[in-house]
Amino acid sequence: MPTRIVVLGGGVGGTLAANLLARGLARQDVEITVADRTGKHVYQPGWLYIPFGQETARNLVRSERGLLDRRINLIVDDFTRIDPERHLIVADDGAALPYDYLVIATGSRNVPEDVPGLAEAGHHFYSAEAAAKLGEALKAFDHGRIIVGIGGLPHRCPPAPLEFLFLLDADLRRQGKRDRVELTYTYPIGRVFTIESVAEFATPILEERGITYETFFNLETVDAEKKQINSLEGTTLDYDLLVMIPPHRGAEIVSASGLGDEQGWIPTDRNTLEMKGEDHVFAIGDATDLPVSKSGSAAHFQAKVVSDRIVEAVTGKPSGNGHYNGHVMCFLETGNEQATTMNFDYDHPPEPPRPSRIYHYEKMLFNRTYWYIVPRGIV
Amino acid sequence: MLDVKDVKVDKELDVRGSFCPGPLMELIRAVKMAPVGSVIAVLSSDPGSSKDIPLWIGKAKFEYLGAFPEEGYTRFVVRKTH
Repeated sequence: MPTRIVVLGGGVGGTLAANLLARGLARQDVEITVADRTGKHVYQPGWLYIPFGQETARNLVRSERGLLDRRINLIVDDFTRIDPERHLIVADDGAALPYDYLVIATGSRNVPEDVPGLAEAGHHFYSAEAAAKLGEALKAFDHGRIIVGIGGLPHRCPPAPLEFLFLLDADLRRQGKRDRVELTYTYPIGRVFTIESVAEFATPILEERGITYETFFNLETVDAEKKQINSLEGTTLDYDLLVMIPPHRGAEIVSASGLGDEQGWIPTDRNTLEMKGEDHVFAIGDATDLPVSKSGSAAHFQAKVVSDRIVEAVTGKPSGNGHYNGHVMCFLETGNEQATTMNFDYDHPPEPPRPSRIYHYEKMLFNRTYWYIVPRGIV
Repeated sequence: MLDVKDVKVDKELDVRGSFCPGPLMELIRAVKMAPVGSVIAVLSSDPGSSKDIPLWIGKAKFEYLGAFPEEGYTRFVVRKTH
């Protein structure tokens, strides 16, 4: 009987892990299956550009089947429960998918309902639809105060709200509207970013561009009628347009199976990426509770580690690569066609270099070539 | 002088081994979910906590019941007053 490997979720991490497994186990008796709810692969980092008319939702979606190695089965179904005791994934319609090894790559989801009033009043760019709607609101906006803030930690792509602000500032200047618009940024902890070196990098840029910021602002309620946001710390801010990153949680299937913490993140070993307390179950990407960025980049590096570990387990040949050190690499747009880059791991914080056009064009190139180089494991 | 033993703690978070700003973020999450009047303790081994936890409590105007050094970690205690 073949060894059954199931990858739950066809995002960056799940797709790459499955393709690497198919390649690494080509000569083994294995059956690799990706189970995905939609069968569509979405390149989420592109959403940032939609509100500025620089990207379209259509461009950011491909068929998952087309990105997977031919040896991989793809099942598109709404699986609702993971049963680690019986080594099964179960759907509401009764379909059951047995596994010998499981990779949970179910990502995260927006939960604006966690903050009263947010779903009605807040814009964001953490889905293609919301980003397009925000683009319309920005087009119609002429003067007043725009607040860009974080509705809860952790959230996907941590630098994206800062990038959005820098792009927005540049866009408003280009349109000659900047002197009529006040920009304010809110952040839950005592600086403008979780990682100290990045906060030190970003703070002078915010100040240079006349963007005010309110730290220690943990969003508690939004009053759509008064156009006010209120924090746990007792601060109230007025806005004319609110761009608030919604609180995030892990996938519903994780919580419904009782496998996650209060927010639905899977307890994961920081180096082996095994789900704590379970054998033969791994977690990667946004789905984990690891103290690294919820980003495609983390999922990308983690997928390599998990596929190496499973290949090792199946073939019995040690590869020596099955250890995750917290590596994340990403870009941060600073506006005016410039960007910086961040490369870090558990023990080495990022040291973002001075913004330059080179990093911006590198990011643009990566966004365009993603489809050909990442899911197939070329990089 | 307040003795930590006299304070009834409603919820204790053990985040030893987690690094800045992890302990503060865990504390904020717990305070957010706790009813007004609750006393919450957080156990942190990160030296950054002795700066950012009291700073946040001060900003939020909650009652800071103190930092109590133990072997290899510190226990920070706060009361949610509003």
